[in-house]
Formats: sequence, structure tokens, C-alpha cells
Amino acid sequence: MSILVDENTRVVVQGITGGEGKFHTEQMMEYGTNVVAGAVPGRGGQEVEGVPVYDTVDEAVEEEDANASVVFVPPAFAADALFEALDTDLDLVVAITEGIPTQDMAKVKKRLSEVDTRLIGPNCPGIITPGEAKLGILPGNIFADGNVGLVSRSGTLTYQVVDNLTGRGVGQTTAIGIGGDPIIGTSFIDALELFEGDEETEAVVMCGEIGGEDEEEAAAYIAEYMDTPVAGFIAGRTAPPGKRMGHAGAIVSGSGTGTAESKIDALNDAGVPVGDTPEEVADHIEDFL
Amino acid sequence: MKLHEYQAKEIFADAGIPVPESRLATSVDEAVDAAEEVGYPVAIKAQVHVGGRGKAGGIKIASDGDEARQYADEILGMDLKGYTVEQVLVEAGVDFTNELYVGVTMDRGEGKPVAMVSTQGGVDIEAVAEETPEAIAREHVDPAFGLHPYQARKVVFEAGIPREVAMDVASILTTLYDLYEERDASDIEINPVMITSDDEVVAADAVMNIDDDALFRQPELAELEDETYEDDLERKAGEYGFDYVRLDGNVGIIGNGAGLVMTTLDLVDYYGGAPANFLDIGGGAKAERVTNALDMVFSDSNVDAVVFNIFGGITRGDEVAKGINEALEAFEEIPKPVVVRLAGTNAEEGREILNDELVTVEETLEDAVQRAVEYADEVSNE
Repeated sequence: MSILVDENTRVVVQGITGGEGKFHTEQMMEYGTNVVAGAVPGRGGQEVEGVPVYDTVDEAVEEEDANASVVFVPPAFAADALFEALDTDLDLVVAITEGIPTQDMAKVKKRLSEVDTRLIGPNCPGIITPGEAKLGILPGNIFADGNVGLVSRSGTLTYQVVDNLTGRGVGQTTAIGIGGDPIIGTSFIDALELFEGDEETEAVVMCGEIGGEDEEEAAAYIAEYMDTPVAGFIAGRTAPPGKRMGHAGAIVSGSGTGTAESKIDALNDAGVPVGDTPEEVADHIEDFL
Repeated sequence: MKLHEYQAKEIFADAGIPVPESRLATSVDEAVDAAEEVGYPVAIKAQVHVGGRGKAGGIKIASDGDEARQYADEILGMDLKGYTVEQVLVEAGVDFTNELYVGVTMDRGEGKPVAMVSTQGGVDIEAVAEETPEAIAREHVDPAFGLHPYQARKVVFEAGIPREVAMDVASILTTLYDLYEERDASDIEINPVMITSDDEVVAADAVMNIDDDALFRQPELAELEDETYEDDLERKAGEYGFDYVRLDGNVGIIGNGAGLVMTTLDLVDYYGGAPANFLDIGGGAKAERVTNALDMVFSDSNVDAVVFNIFGGITRGDEVAKGINEALEAFEEIPKPVVVRLAGTNAEEGREILNDELVTVEETLEDAVQRAVEYADEVSNE
């Protein structure tokens, strides 16, 4: 089992004719993902990698029975693409696009609260269920099928931790990159809840970073609702206050909120061991299994 | 992107928010002339992108021409938290009886803008938020509808703003929210709004920061950008288009992806070293970008060793390796030892390409960081 995506997921790629969209459609299909359609306004009737392109997401759903979308649309048009996806009857939308204006995302988030569709991202690497499907840009070859769930705010840090796990023979049920922006569709708590409900997931890795209070809220959730053991990692222990560390969301405010220390303390208080290194996170996970 | 006070005040004034009369000056003579025109007393205010200007000596009140000359001379050219003051705003002094706070920002936890009002103006609002959060009244805004006028009134009354000026403050807040939305601000605030003895309200300061990701649709604001850097290295990073933060250690760090670069910094610290910087070369970097990154880090005289950590997803190890070779082959002697760790896409090809006479190659992140820390210790002890 797995969460959110599997071999039955039927994917429409929004922005399939762009450079990134085309390249990653190829990669996703090579991995075995069932990409059934593309959606690009004005490009209906074309084909990319043998996949039919439609002018609207609606048509792609109607004609090809797509139930999930991956969005590679440039930032200026991304919010519009997300509204289009959310107004269609999809189960899942994965937004890869980096650099969407924050106020656009606030409006998307509002719409999200009114529909049943789940959004992952934006500014995220996507989601993968090893051996079945990947929706996004994660390098498929580092993942292995197994019993550990992973949720992370960062892309390459996810790869690092997965590499530490796979390297010692610990595979994954599903890995989700939730994205490094201030406003995102799926939170740590949402992902943890899904892993808690998944029978095959025996342990979960949660990789957080400085900024915001999502990790603290997740810690409270874990303490109260989770039986599945969780091990954590928090990036940004050495980050100075007031400096944005790459991600728009990764900033320790002047008043001291969002620090690595507060997140590590909250997780420890919730019984979650936090590794000092990615290797140590893998140690904790092995102890759980 | 940050606007200067004088830029934000122009925008506020155009939108109908009352601001004191003022002139911008770039020389002492200009400042004195401006003071004469505006009329004493005047506030002479450094226009630099740092908070707490007043405490740092960047704001002075002059009551006559001699004082105006003296203070303008002191402030122009002064170093304010690492930034050189090149312009001052000369502004008519306001005779006030009370100072308020009004602002709008994004509450990222809620995913909604939040309007804030407090009677505790004129002081560091973050400190107020920390110590007496109840002193700040807050109202979340549905981004689909904007701030309803009733919400502005509600939050103003909740904050306990004096009745005589409450409607004027509510009107300022409504205008601020409209600007926040129209101009894609990330934060917008007036601290303080001054209340005068005859119950007028005046915006005595102005903060307006614009969402960098929205500058593509705010061309007029993008032109106002006055990028000042704390040092030449940050300027260089701006030119190369890197996410770069300078720190005070001696281990230079280059990597791809914010989370992994932060982790590399943390590991340097964990293994007893001190990180010199955060440098994210981003996804899909080609050889030239890699060369520029090495140039950046070598330009920092504090750096004694460099760790290059790439986990390729869309970034390819062979491209990175080519860039590293090219950059290092250009030197007669490698300035500082470089440790490289490549993983992910085309990492093996990359490791084969790397010239191991120029760099030390390590397989794991932990080994690479420890090796770089060792080298940095050796170099600094030489």
C-alpha cells in the first residue's frame, strides 16, 4: 500500500509542452507513471511523447479519465492553472512551480478549502510511491519499495535522507515533498495523518526546516494522534535570524520564532528523536523497524 | 524587496494617507535647504534598509539651521549596521500626543493576510508581540474579498484606539490593505501613526516590502529597487543570481537546494567547524554557474576550505564536475582546498570527470564535511 498515488493514478500534466514539462513527463513515464494527458491552452490536438494534449484540464479529465495533475506552469500563470485544476474533479494536484506570488497562493488556499481536491506544493519536488508512480521531479532511481513514509519541506534534503535509507536497505511506502513556500496545500500534519492511516507504513521520517510553526504543530499532532513512530530532522540550526535561507519560507524572524531549537524541542517533547545528521535519522528509523 | 521610507511615503500620500511634508537630500547643503523649506523643527532620517534606525543614531531632530547642518553631516556617510547612508529624508516634525501601530502582513499559518492595530506605536512591534500579544488587535482577511470596512472598524475599536481618531485610523488601515493587495506587498506598516493635539492622524514612518516573486507584475515598483548590500560579496551574489548569505566562519559551502545547503552548514558546525556562508546554486545548474559559485566563495578572504555538496535530481553530476574542473584549472595554484561530494543523477560520471589532483572527492556527505573541516583547521593554523 501507499498514500495518494499508485499504479492506478492517471496523470494530466499542465504545461506539458514547456521545457521542464516535457522533460519530466518523459522521466515520469520512464519510471512507470501513467501519464494520460497534457493540458496547455492553445495546444489542444498536439502530442508530447505520445501523450494527447488538450486545451483545458476539463477535457483531459473528460476524455482520458485523469484523476491527478502535475503543474509545470510558469509562476505568472500558475495560480490560474491551479484554479483550473481545483475546479475540475481531480483527487490530487501537485504544483512543482517555484516563485508563485504569495498573495496568489492565499487565494488558491481559500479555494482549496472549498473543494475536495488535495494540493501538494507549490515549489516542491512532488510525490513518489516507489515502483508504482512518481508525480514530479524526484530522481526515481534513489528510491526503493518498503515500509517507511517520508515527508519533507525540501527537495534535495529529501534525496539525501532517502539515499541514507535506501543505502542500508530501508525502502519507502511513499515520499512527499510538501514544498518550501510560506503557503502550501498539504501540511506536515496532513501527510502524517495519511501515513498513520496507511497499514504498510511502519515508521515515518519528517524533515523540517527553520521558519513558520508547522513543525511545532506537527509535533503536537504526533503526540496526540500517532501510533506510528516518527523520526525527525530539522535543517537550519546555524541560520542567523532575519536572513532568508533560499526558501521563501525558511527564515527565522527577528523575534526568535521559527528557530531550529524550538522545532527540535517540540519534536523531542512529542517523543520524536531528531537526528543530528541524516545518517542518524536513518539509525532511528532502523531502530523502529 | 524593500522600499525606502521616502518611497513608501510617496505611495501612501498618493493613496490619500496623511504624511508630514518632506524632502529627500543627498548632501549636507541640500539637507539644510530642505529644512529651511519644510520649517523647523525637522526630523533628519537616514534612508537605509535597516530597522531600528533611531536607536542606532540614524534619526535626529533639528530645531534650527546649525543643528540641521550638524546632524545632516553626522548622518550622511555614516555606517548604519553595515550600510552606508547616502540619502536622508528631511521631514517636518510632528507635535504628537500619542503613537499608534497599523500594519498588514501574511499570516502563513492561516494562509491569510492579517490586519493589525495597536496603541503601542513608536516601539519595536515584534517586542510588543512577544511580551504583550494582547496589546495588538488582529483581524484575518479573506483574500478573495479583501478587508471589509466593518473589519477595519472592528479591529480599530478592539485595539482601543481613541474614539476621536478611530474612524480616521480605520480609513488608513483600509487604504493600507488596498495597497498591500494592489502592490503585492509582503508587509506594509506605519509605526507610528502619530496623533496630534488637534486629533489629526499622520503617518510618521512607512514600511513597505514587496513580494519578490510578484515583481514581474509590479514594474513601477521594481524600478524603485535600490539594492544595497552589506558587503561586496553579497553584491556579487546578487549579480550572479545566487541565494547567498554570508556568515562569519571559515568553511565555504556550495550546494544545491535550500534544505540540503542548510543541512551542510549544520553539519560543518556539528563536526566542529564554522560555516562561512550559505550558497545555493539552485536546480539544473550548468558548468558556468558552478564556476561562478567557486569564484564567489574564493572571494571571501575568511574562507580556508570549501565543501561542494551536490545531490542531483535535475542537476547533473557530470555538468557540475566539468564546472569544478574548469574553474580550478584556471588557477595556477588552487587558492584553498576543495572537497567535492556528488550524489544522484550522473554522480558516477561526475566523479570520473573530476580532476583529483585539484580536489578531494568524498562519497558521503558526512565524510565530505569532516574532511573540509579538517582542511580548514590546517589552513587556518598555518
